[in-house]
Amino acid sequence: MTAATTPPGVHPATEPTLFERSRPGRGSARQPQAVDVDATLADLPPSLRRSRLPVLPEVAEPTLMRHFVRLSQRNHSIDSGFYPLGSCTMKYNPKVHDEIAALPAFARMHPLAPASAWQGLLELLLELQHAIAELAGLPEVTLSPAAGAHGEFTGLLLMRAWHRERVARGEVDAEPMHVLVPDTAHGTNPATVRMAGLRTHSIPTDERGGMDLDAVREACATLDIAGLMLTNPNTLGLLDEHILDIAEVVHGAGGLLYYDGANLNAIMGRTRPGDMGFDIVHVNVHKTLSTPHGGGGPGAGPVAVAQRLAHLLPRPRIVRAADGTVELDRDPAGSIGPVSRHLGNVGVLVRAWAYVVTHGRDGLRRSSELAVVNANYLLELVRDVLPPAFDRRCMHEFVVSGATVRRDSGVRALDIAKRLMDHGVHPPTMYFPLVVEEALMIEPTETETRETLDEFAAALRAVVEEAQADPATLHAAPLTTVVRRLDEARSVREPRLVAREVAADITPADAD
Amino acid sequence: MPYAPATDDDLRHMLAAIGVDSVDELFADVPEAARMRGELDLPLGVGEAALVARARAHADRTLDLSRTPSFLGVGCYDHYVPAVVRAVVSRSEFATAYTPYQPEVSQGTLQAIFEFQSCIAALTGLPVANASLYDGATAVAEATYLAEQSTHRTRVVVLDTVSPQVRDVLATYASAYGMVVETVAHEPGLGTVDPQRVLDALGDDVAALVVQQPNAFGLLEDAPRLVADAEAAGAVPIVSADPISLGVLEAPGRYGAGVVVGDGQPLGCAPSAGGPAYGFMAAQERYLRRMPGRIVGETLDADGARGYVLTLQTREQHIRRERATSNICTNQALCALAGLVHMGWLGPRGLEQLGAIQFERAGATRRRVLDIAGVTSPHGAGPAFREFLVELPVPAEAVVEAAAAHGMLVGWPAARGWPALPAGALLVAATEQRTDDDIEALAAELERCIAEVAP
Repeated sequence: MTAATTPPGVHPATEPTLFERSRPGRGSARQPQAVDVDATLADLPPSLRRSRLPVLPEVAEPTLMRHFVRLSQRNHSIDSGFYPLGSCTMKYNPKVHDEIAALPAFARMHPLAPASAWQGLLELLLELQHAIAELAGLPEVTLSPAAGAHGEFTGLLLMRAWHRERVARGEVDAEPMHVLVPDTAHGTNPATVRMAGLRTHSIPTDERGGMDLDAVREACATLDIAGLMLTNPNTLGLLDEHILDIAEVVHGAGGLLYYDGANLNAIMGRTRPGDMGFDIVHVNVHKTLSTPHGGGGPGAGPVAVAQRLAHLLPRPRIVRAADGTVELDRDPAGSIGPVSRHLGNVGVLVRAWAYVVTHGRDGLRRSSELAVVNANYLLELVRDVLPPAFDRRCMHEFVVSGATVRRDSGVRALDIAKRLMDHGVHPPTMYFPLVVEEALMIEPTETETRETLDEFAAALRAVVEEAQADPATLHAAPLTTVVRRLDEARSVREPRLVAREVAADITPADAD
Repeated sequence: MPYAPATDDDLRHMLAAIGVDSVDELFADVPEAARMRGELDLPLGVGEAALVARARAHADRTLDLSRTPSFLGVGCYDHYVPAVVRAVVSRSEFATAYTPYQPEVSQGTLQAIFEFQSCIAALTGLPVANASLYDGATAVAEATYLAEQSTHRTRVVVLDTVSPQVRDVLATYASAYGMVVETVAHEPGLGTVDPQRVLDALGDDVAALVVQQPNAFGLLEDAPRLVADAEAAGAVPIVSADPISLGVLEAPGRYGAGVVVGDGQPLGCAPSAGGPAYGFMAAQERYLRRMPGRIVGETLDADGARGYVLTLQTREQHIRRERATSNICTNQALCALAGLVHMGWLGPRGLEQLGAIQFERAGATRRRVLDIAGVTSPHGAGPAFREFLVELPVPAEAVVEAAAAHGMLVGWPAARGWPALPAGALLVAATEQRTDDDIEALAAELERCIAEVAP
């Protein structure tokens, strides 16, 4: 399409919205048993009938398909290029997984059907629960949480329920309310603490990039500690060397340890959160077990727990019955209640199961090893131009600092990231973790070739050189993408959150 | 290794460049006592064909509901998903992208979400919508959290005609942030809640009223009146709406709902044993800065071209941390895209037709089922949207089990969700996919099972 068919007044770089392509009377759908709407709804109270039709787009299917194919072409994705977005584990998503999830028996099953009707799928989910338990090193699992943050929320509810039981048993006087969270943590950790009705106590990072053990000790000596949340390896891509000491101190204070599984891709088969002393673990299957990210979901965040917390897990629970069948225990005693409407994102979990089956114990361990090799190799290729925040070997990802580049040239990490787009790669995660100045967090994953890593390192080096020679180009980057740098401040100052055609239909009078 | 390309030669080269002799050295930071001694207790990996065979073996032991009709609903419905939906969402460019943090290379996802928000706003009659939530139940819970934060009140009033699974999830969430949930019971002979009882339950400590329209029995509450009463009491009126019903039922925003949420599963998502689908949320402008999750906004690029970005991010966890409006991060973007494509395929008239058909199919199914001796309709013969309650002369649990053993899902034993209902209460759903022949098959199956179960 060219500017000739772009609606008048619209910039040629703009892709018209579906609403702009709409023409009254067009459409695609034909229902199997068309009805006379007015006759069918004759008994409805008039006050409840829709007063005017919703302003949905009216387009025929060819227009619809072309619109979305054109939109898709305006995305970078794993299947189109390198995507070293740190902390997001953008590894290849095997295509056979989509085929398996789409098998009609799986795709059409109903979560409230009697268990006898879907023993096969339930057996599959039970196998996945076992695999998650193995990876976590903790015996009992719920598959219900729909995402990592949802797993965190579930985990903290379990933590609270555990402490409330201790209060009920008279072991402690009052429910402890503080959760220790390192200052390198993902924002979801403190946000979850708040949502779960608890309070965050932030722990600083020590000179090796781990949690400051003295600060942990002091907090545990002075505060009522519900527990600790930690990603390990942490968001610097570094394994906390003191984890066993930390676990001892927190447990000694009566707290529980929560493992944020965002970085589990580094350690499969090498160590397990349960072996490190964690009591509750969530696994981001859309990271480690390679289910597609979908542009922001759906994911899944199964949670594994120590045996002493098992009775608290969300309902329903998928369990093996005495007669060998799989059953859904819809009302287990002690459960914190359901966290999802049904069983969670089963279609995503089926893909995670497929990943586990394909890889097996050998392949899972190998995946983590190669992820760590790839990250360390890439770090070696770039460390002289962008030094790592902490000078150690990394795990599956690493964080470099653009602070020197910025001092020398005025070019920020943001500019480097934007310029990398012109080299056809997705930029690394920027400005995270917050403790590193001009941070760029790079996670190559195990599914990238050595050549891709070499090319990326060359691109990154070229951009850093360019920062010295021609900073103006970096400030202006990207130059080759479908749109140039976007004005985010304007989107906040003058929020336009729905299409004009819809906004015009929703007048303030309607709210009265 | 199926998907990791490193050869032995690559590995030697990379380890040499790193300056280590073995992979083991890279794991030296794992404390000795925490290292895995043995292997994971899992089988060895298998090839793709063997994987597919294992998946098929599980599928073969799972009832294939593409071959046999289902009348089970309760928040997860067997609607037709047009082929174009699958064609769009299976495009790698959408499926294998991450959350659109870098807008210049994510315009496809961002514009799609913007269009999704627009469609949700159009359906609900409210000016702002977010990029999706996990499901309809957590959407209700997030809406009550928004209400608690907005009003600083401590109680939420919920009609018991809100789907049982939604009420249960709300209870889990509310216990976390210390909110008390009070449930108002429906009138047994009507299947709807008496607005006067709701009015009595409202008070100056009530943060929100949650109404589901159509309710879990497929019936219509007097939602405009309930919303007005909640607003007058200073509570946030929250309406949980079915998206297909909004083709024919008034947009809740037009009768004053503060927040409208719902489960998007009926639009674009196969049942898939309960997920993935998506929840949606739209709100009045005054709640915009308290809304959870991603929101996409339109803006301009450096050349003045239109583009889209994640906006109002200071609400969110990655900026605001413990002061965020929610912890939600990953949502259900690809499912929301499926919903958008489905809505675009239907258009306003297609959605209106589809909405009307749900009433027609439920009515036709109920009429036929009531022909069976001993089956009664506790809620009369008025309009029902897609789902309705009947009372069987025998326990519904036994009938449902017996029918499943014959390979048919005939409904849900409603006493599981409403313990006060009689054991014979059965909730039956019929979407546009249920033909007249299917309805006959249901009636025959119910007759058979009632006879089988009867003492």
